[in-house]
Amino acid sequence: MSMVLRRLLTAIPTLFGVVVVTFLLTRVLPGDPAVFFASNPSMSAADIAAVREHLGLDLPLRDQFLVYLGNLMHGDLGRSVATGQSVAAEFARRLPASAELTVAAFALAVAIALPLGVAAALRPGSPVDHAARLIATLGASLPSFVTGLLLIFAFYVFAGIAPEPAGRLAPFMVEPERVTGFLTLDALLAGERATFAAALRQLALPAAAMALFALAPLTRMTRAAMIATLGADFIRTARAAGLSRRTIIVTYALRNAMVPVATTMGMTFSYMLGANVLIERVFSWPGIGAFAIDSLINLDYAPLQAFMLVMAAVFITVNLATDLVTALIDPRAAR
Amino acid sequence: MTRIARHLARGNPLDLAGFALFGLLCLTAAFGPLLVAHDPLATDAAAMLQPPSARHWFGTDQIGRDILARVVVAARLDLLIAAGAVGLSMVAGSIMGAFIGYRGGWADVVVSRLVDVMMAFPLFVLAMALVAALGNSVANVVYATAIVNLPFYIRLARAEVRLRRDLGYVEAARVGGAGDGRILMRHLVPNIAAPLVIQGSVNLGWAVLNAAGLSFLGLGVRPPAAEWGIMVAEGVRFIASGQWWIATFPGLALMLAVLAFNLLGDALRDLLDPRLRT
Amino acid sequence: MNALLSVRGLGVDFETGDGPVHVLENVSLDIAPGEITGIIGESGSGKSVMAFAVMGILDPAARITGGDILFRGESLLAMDPRRRDGWRGREAAIIFQNPRAALNPIRRVGDQIGDVIARHDRPPAHALRGRVEDALRRVGIPDPARRARAWPFELSGGQCQRISIAMALACRPGLLIADEPTTGLDVTTQAAIIALIRALARENGTAVALITHDLALAAATCDRLAIMHAGHVVETAPAPTILAAPRHPYTRALLASAPALAGSINELQPIPGRLPDLRRADLPPCRFAERCPRRIARCDAPGPLGLHEAAPRHLLACRNPP
Repeated sequence: MSMVLRRLLTAIPTLFGVVVVTFLLTRVLPGDPAVFFASNPSMSAADIAAVREHLGLDLPLRDQFLVYLGNLMHGDLGRSVATGQSVAAEFARRLPASAELTVAAFALAVAIALPLGVAAALRPGSPVDHAARLIATLGASLPSFVTGLLLIFAFYVFAGIAPEPAGRLAPFMVEPERVTGFLTLDALLAGERATFAAALRQLALPAAAMALFALAPLTRMTRAAMIATLGADFIRTARAAGLSRRTIIVTYALRNAMVPVATTMGMTFSYMLGANVLIERVFSWPGIGAFAIDSLINLDYAPLQAFMLVMAAVFITVNLATDLVTALIDPRAAR
Repeated sequence: MTRIARHLARGNPLDLAGFALFGLLCLTAAFGPLLVAHDPLATDAAAMLQPPSARHWFGTDQIGRDILARVVVAARLDLLIAAGAVGLSMVAGSIMGAFIGYRGGWADVVVSRLVDVMMAFPLFVLAMALVAALGNSVANVVYATAIVNLPFYIRLARAEVRLRRDLGYVEAARVGGAGDGRILMRHLVPNIAAPLVIQGSVNLGWAVLNAAGLSFLGLGVRPPAAEWGIMVAEGVRFIASGQWWIATFPGLALMLAVLAFNLLGDALRDLLDPRLRT
Repeated sequence: MNALLSVRGLGVDFETGDGPVHVLENVSLDIAPGEITGIIGESGSGKSVMAFAVMGILDPAARITGGDILFRGESLLAMDPRRRDGWRGREAAIIFQNPRAALNPIRRVGDQIGDVIARHDRPPAHALRGRVEDALRRVGIPDPARRARAWPFELSGGQCQRISIAMALACRPGLLIADEPTTGLDVTTQAAIIALIRALARENGTAVALITHDLALAAATCDRLAIMHAGHVVETAPAPTILAAPRHPYTRALLASAPALAGSINELQPIPGRLPDLRRADLPPCRFAERCPRRIARCDAPGPLGLHEAAPRHLLACRNPP
């Protein structure tokens, strides 16, 4: 328990640093936000000054930061110029799309990488091992946006079995009642099998493109950790005690190997958050990554700022979760 | 060099492939513009959107440019961006890391905290924001990629120096009257070179991906320059109508380049640091 | 003699990148029920490899090139692998050096003992905890109910070795192999661990193979001693015989080099030379010949060098014994 508290406390200065960096970054970004707010380019200098004052841009930097911090505390992430909506509302709408995609891709990658890495470690030099190494090497070399395009070409254009890569649901479908924000889950909860299938079909290609990239580090680490653990003295003890193969592999080897694998999972998940931006763009996925890119191109900085903040917060949370999982597996880490 | 040759002779085919691909890439980057039969920038209204043929091996794009020529010529720009970013990052990061690892104290605390903060952002997203902040240019893509990679080198150099700063030979140099700067440069930095080089070679692949990803989004390199990320981006809208070759060939080139660096990184790791072998 | 364990002419090679290493050659050894046998040799003499071969936990790079291992008259090498799994831990058990590394670091020690009992004896679930606590009590762990919930890193090296012993003896096997069980422990703990192994073996009639490089320790603990050198067993005899009337030149050299057994510090004599390189194709029939002061032409004559009976219950592999 003390370990949880300690980790939470060390996350606070990092979180504060993140807020400072995002704040500073948007102040250095080119362009005067006031000019963009003043939608009419023929506005007088006095009008612009009024907008500046309204936005608090005439205050000293320190006071601006305090205002920013105060707004953050209230959950106010600013307003998007392009959509005219509050950024917080936009995010609330789009975050589930990004989350569903990332979680699905991550689950897919783990479901393949773990068994593959274990099988490779159990039979070094076998065809399975070579396949695992091939995936680990090739997968790390795949630019996710290129894989995404190739998947679209192969499954949508060429084979015609995938739906058009345009969002989470075909335009004529009605979204299920929102409970979790995950369309697949919501469709299941509402009992709409057809909607579920449609949402799953939309999800399949982008999730596969992201999963392909995540496979490499996960497979590599699972294989390496399993090989290291299987060579450990305590595995020899377990074998000499006549324990069943299943007990040795699962209870003794895999659980120990999961300690470094959990750390890699955390890192991979965070990396996928970044890769999300590109994949959402390729598949016209209405998530926060695509939103941030559009904002960046439109010089609409409040959403970008919020996006970085959200990403960093998620990252810190994932790290925290990784540490907790590690502590659950390994009592030595819990001290 | 002989060690590398002997290692290769023993014949891990993947290592061999890595070195071969890397050599091919370097040659393409050096001599690419001399090799191609078409001007990578020349448009040809009579030959738009042509599929691969004997005349245009990789086909042509929407304004009739030869894709093979563009893919080959792009190698130089993509590799220069990656090499520049990794070089900058490695030099600056290892000096900073070695310094704070050796000195400790408040500099260590401040830099380490900063590194923690940087690592809290997804690196690609941070690079994106940095390019936006610094201004949309090729040089700024290099700086942004270098900056987001700094934490790796700082952490690595710091850890390696901290492991060694109290070892016998460093102590001996100190007793012998060597100054801190001399100890760092003469005794510590050479000893941490191997892990840094390994990190660098793995990093190159990532830097190529990062730069191409940024230009795919329209940051950094601008059309009509030949660059793999841009070329993929330009080909996106033709995928749906079946003109797959516009995006596919630059995409494959990108994959091959990253693969070369990843294989090279693995080979160097095996070669320089058998402890890390997996 | 009715041996519990009988190693007969065992040969083991290790495959390496530079060709095979002949780690064991024509090794024979009998262990009687309830008897404590010391297996003594320098590091690299192959004593652990023999133990691993008996347990069936050799490294994948190892290959058995000849001979057989009989347990209660049945060949272990011919045994069905599934039965061999059940045999391990129930009929024979082994404890290792570095007891801390030998335990699973992320499993409570009681659960690790419980895994062994559950696997071989399959007691009803409610009885398992009692069995675990009994096993802990027998190896002198105080407050077993609480200690069963400890993690290995919370225990000292000596306590970890006691846990290992509890695991090994949980199903009351007929044979316990103790492979350098006191390496890495401090001196007082060493004595306590050896005394514990001896007491438990006597109490249960368990035969023990105590593998060590410490001749003095083995002489004080064991009924019989087997001396190994470079993958050969060179001499076996009752412990007092080895001490009083050793026959093999290597045994004599070993005795003269052991501080606790030599008469005074001035009589301590190091053994000349080193173990021969076991990768060599031209290994002499007697692998001690190149270090031996009594080497004669006959020692190098081709042909296998086996153990022969030098006296009743005293086996020797030497062509020119004193």
